[in-house]
Amino acid sequence: MIVTKGLRKSFRPRRGAATVDAVRGIDLDVAEGRIYGLLGPNGAGKTTTLRMLATLLPPDGGAATVAGADLRTDPGEVRRRIGYVAQGGGTTDHATAREELVLQARMHGIRKAEALRRAEQGLAAFDLTEFGDRPCRTYSGGQRRRLDLALGVVHRPKVLFLDEPTVGLDPRSRAQVWTEVRRLRDQGMTVLITTHYLDEADALCDRIGIVDHGGIVTEGTPEQLKQQISGDAVTIGLTDAGATARAAHVLAELPCVRRLEALPEEDGLRLHVDSADTAIPQLLRALAAAGLEPDHVQLQRPSLDDVFLALTGRSPVHS
Amino acid sequence: MKLARDTWLVYQRQLLLMARSPAWLAVGLLQPLCYLLLFAPLLTSALAASGAHSTADAYRIYVPGLLSALAVMGGLFTGFTLLGELHAGIIERSRVTPVSRVALLLGRALRETTALLVQSLLIAVLAIPFGLTVGFTDLLLAMALLALMALMASSVSYGLALLVPTDAALGPVVNTIAQPLALLSGTLLPIALAPAWLRTAASWNPCYWGVEGMRALFAGHLDAPEVWRGLLLTGLMTVLAVAWAARLFARRIR
Ligand SMILES: Nc1ncnc2c1ncn2[C@@H]1O[C@H](COP(=O)(O)OP(=O)(O)OP(=O)(O)O)[C@@H](O)[C@H]1O
Ligand SMILES: [Mg+2]
Repeated sequence: MIVTKGLRKSFRPRRGAATVDAVRGIDLDVAEGRIYGLLGPNGAGKTTTLRMLATLLPPDGGAATVAGADLRTDPGEVRRRIGYVAQGGGTTDHATAREELVLQARMHGIRKAEALRRAEQGLAAFDLTEFGDRPCRTYSGGQRRRLDLALGVVHRPKVLFLDEPTVGLDPRSRAQVWTEVRRLRDQGMTVLITTHYLDEADALCDRIGIVDHGGIVTEGTPEQLKQQISGDAVTIGLTDAGATARAAHVLAELPCVRRLEALPEEDGLRLHVDSADTAIPQLLRALAAAGLEPDHVQLQRPSLDDVFLALTGRSPVHS
Repeated sequence: MKLARDTWLVYQRQLLLMARSPAWLAVGLLQPLCYLLLFAPLLTSALAASGAHSTADAYRIYVPGLLSALAVMGGLFTGFTLLGELHAGIIERSRVTPVSRVALLLGRALRETTALLVQSLLIAVLAIPFGLTVGFTDLLLAMALLALMALMASSVSYGLALLVPTDAALGPVVNTIAQPLALLSGTLLPIALAPAWLRTAASWNPCYWGVEGMRALFAGHLDAPEVWRGLLLTGLMTVLAVAWAARLFARRIR
């Protein structure tokens, strides 16, 4: 449904300034009826990728097909088949949700009577009927976001682009948005969603592409990604930086340690091991032999967090 | 056909929003009315040289200039509303639909034109009890001329807003353009009073011919050459301005 090949985009913020390579060659292949998540930190290039796919920005290079239409040669057809919900929304303060839905449907070429019907359905589906005739400026963040979603799908697109649909929502509104997105997927819609919430990607997406510095670092189902960090993670806290350095030296020698990272802020180490059950006694023994006493030892099942950290060397923003 | 439908769609929405916050009308009327009531009487003596002997005469010269200035200035400053909509993501939301790009521009420019016509008509009518005399056909043609000027100025303003897309930068640009435009079109005093070199310069002003036409109409000279010349040249300029802005709109906003 969405296929991209080497999609690129650079910006030159001012004349004479250095160019920013926002997206440097993204390859995607999203199957029909799936939720695909682009997960990445601020400035990774998620919005830029989505804006290119939604015909808002001309790519500098590469090719893409969206819902069977070529992005470069037939942007008009792409627009007819997609819905796009921007990171910041795009509702008019003084218009009501119903008016916005009718206008959006009509801008997609739908006749007036049908547009009115679709607006009614949209309000009901996204739990907005109660506020449907109130100006948008009076809505809460969650209500507004649900309206953004309703606007994105009022013309029943084949492909839906959602740019960070749950930022700033409370857990209940978030869950509500997730339910809606799953329902749309179950109706056969293909959804490309961006997020920097790991739990969101894990809970909602069928496949995930991890984006950093304008490229996809790795890609797979949430399960596959977690398996990339096979085994468990053990965090060991030590008393001070000197002890941490010595412990790192000792533990790196052990055959059961696959990878080791320092956590300088908390005088600790994170170790990736095949099985924590057998590794922890060995770790403790090695530390004791070196005359080191750990503050605490903590075991973690792998999460997308670890995948992310392992791949990008940074931790993304947490919800 | 699609262009007409889409333009109507955008225009309708814009009218609805305008009707919903009617403060613009009060604000838009207050200033011109002040000029009309407090400044025009002063002109009676000042305009004696161009044949004004009464307040009615002064109004006949001054009101068409005031209305022209209103249309051009109001139009030129409408770019700021477009900037607001750009920042709120409203334009972007429209761009992802197959709606005609020209309609997005035209619907908005026509909203501005409508607002300025309502204002102008009210001002003209309010000036009648103070001694303004104007024939019905003359007024009708004057309104057509005003509509063209407002449409031209709004389109130019939208084009500028796309080229200079921040409030802070757009302000000085619009002011720089608006001031010579207003002075050199004789909105305050007829250019006929000016020295020759100024008159030559004025004839290159895209608003000058419209203002001249307005004056002829308010003077009751329906068949004066200024009238058709004003309509023709302003019409031509309007087409150029709309085409320029529409091209920018389509290019920046694919
Ligand atoms: N119009 C623009 N002009 C200049 N630079 C831009 C522009 N748009 C984006 N960038 C830059 O491109 C990079 C990628 O931005 P993008 O908005 O795609 O990131 P993102 O992954 O969506 O981040 P976030 O999670 O904060 O939304 C950033 O460094 C950004 O500063
Ligand atoms: Mg973004």
